[in-house]
Amino acid sequence: MGIVLDNLSKIEALPGGGIALATSDELINWARTSSVWPLTFGLACCAIEMMAAYASRFDFERMGVFPRPTPRQADVMFVAGTVAKKMADPIIRIYKQMPEPKFVIAMGGCANCGGPFYDSYAVVKGVDKIIPVDVYLPGCPPRPEALMYAVIKLQEKMRKMTVKGGHGATPLQGTGSRKLT
Amino acid sequence: MTKHAHAPADLKADQMFINFGPQHPSTHGVLRIALTVEGEVVMKGDPDVGFLHRGMEKLFEARTYSQGLILTDRLDYISATHNNLGYCLAVEKLAGIQAPLRAQYIRVLAAELNRIASHLVFFGTFGVDMGAFTPFLYAFREREMIMDLFEMLCGGRLLHSYVRVGGVAADLPAGWTEKCREFLTFFKPMLKDYDTLLSGNPIFRSRTEGVGIIGADRAVSWGLSGPTLRGSGVSYDVRKAEPYCVYDKLNFTVPVGKNGDCLDRYYCRMKEMEQSVEIAFQCLDALAGAELNPGEFMAKGVPKMFKAPAGQAYAHVEASRGDLGFFAVSDGGFNPYRMHVRGPSFINVAILQEILVGCKIADVVAILGSLDIVLGEVDR
Ligand code: SF4
Repeated sequence: MGIVLDNLSKIEALPGGGIALATSDELINWARTSSVWPLTFGLACCAIEMMAAYASRFDFERMGVFPRPTPRQADVMFVAGTVAKKMADPIIRIYKQMPEPKFVIAMGGCANCGGPFYDSYAVVKGVDKIIPVDVYLPGCPPRPEALMYAVIKLQEKMRKMTVKGGHGATPLQGTGSRKLT
Repeated sequence: MTKHAHAPADLKADQMFINFGPQHPSTHGVLRIALTVEGEVVMKGDPDVGFLHRGMEKLFEARTYSQGLILTDRLDYISATHNNLGYCLAVEKLAGIQAPLRAQYIRVLAAELNRIASHLVFFGTFGVDMGAFTPFLYAFREREMIMDLFEMLCGGRLLHSYVRVGGVAADLPAGWTEKCREFLTFFKPMLKDYDTLLSGNPIFRSRTEGVGIIGADRAVSWGLSGPTLRGSGVSYDVRKAEPYCVYDKLNFTVPVGKNGDCLDRYYCRMKEMEQSVEIAFQCLDALAGAELNPGEFMAKGVPKMFKAPAGQAYAHVEASRGDLGFFAVSDGGFNPYRMHVRGPSFINVAILQEILVGCKIADVVAILGSLDIVLGEVDR
């Protein structure tokens, strides 16, 4: 309880202890931001830096980032690498399999805009051409610290979500399931 | 989508079709294997590549020789220096450039450090594939130290572009040699720890011993190379067979396996790390000697943009995954007319369709892991 009380501004502990009052937004967003479960989904070089972020030195898990191998249990998808045209279909399919609310971090130049393969015939120039992206992380490859910063930015975004009226962090999320072509 | 994303029409009633990948934590990237299973036994396994096809070979034609270098990093991104080296050797051969001796030693040193880093990734992920997570944390702890060394050298952690046409990007920075020695001395006994952690583990052994056996004949006829070939007992290493840079002046052995099973392939890599440490020490000693002029890390007068005379050149190196070759054709212009890459992973992955047949479905992960492929190089 201590952690909860320290981190939430609109929480009130009733005298005598044992009972605390909080707004549902605060509580839900607190839970959401502290367990951002990504999908283990490496595409290319950036995935190796993503692995390094999970490993000993950077220890991503202390931020509540705990990789899940299946999209059904994941909140966020790190698109770590080059999106080849052949891979575009599976990515859309995986994205659709993730439960709402779902977020996407485009990691690296390739996922942002094609990166070093900006003039290639076989590469999707940015994953935002096929799925909505919440945070763009530049770099080739971005350092593991940068990936952590991207997650912090995502958490900031999550804190703005409200339950009332179904408003998500982004206008798109308010509409529930996002429509994809 | 892809050709056979759905079950094949000739599927028998007691058979099942499984799509292994492209999103699967054990495919080490985006490989897809179309498996037909009968109960637990694999009847047919077709590797389906191309999910990371980036059109590299075509892009080389649109880049100048020095610009093309950064693409090579992204082929086999776990051992970037070997790719840089192979490419530079081919271009140097084509353009008639000779790198100074000091640069050659630095190149070998960087390449061997990268080999250790790459095999550490293999060690960590192979452990995870077999259900052992702890080795992963150990492997990445040591790997981070190598990443630090590379960061001191060239500023990059993963993709270095440190080896350049005509030499290397910069001389060794002050204090680097000591740091490198410190790491190597620390790392050498760690290999014993790894043996106690994973190699001797009974569960690990029972999952790898006698699994995915590739005989020597079959390995040669499929054109395998690297530790995947040497695990089958064939002693072929480009560093010995056709020494490049200064490998003929260095003293090292090539570890080979006996049975050609997953364990042998795994253990070859572990032994190779030991040899890499030896080579690195020898390079450091040579670099400290007076006969290699400090500061001479680049051939004189190599411009940023240059024309290579019309012709063709092939150079190959022993990368972490095998025999990596670059075939460059020039028509006398600023860009290569054609650049072909012989990626060892691409050739190694082909044998899957033969060795997967008849194995248990759990062994698919072991066999795939033991081949240690990198999809960037498979698909290019
Ligand atoms: S951004 Fe750079 S490091 Fe990341 S996948 Fe693309 S080429 Fe590789």
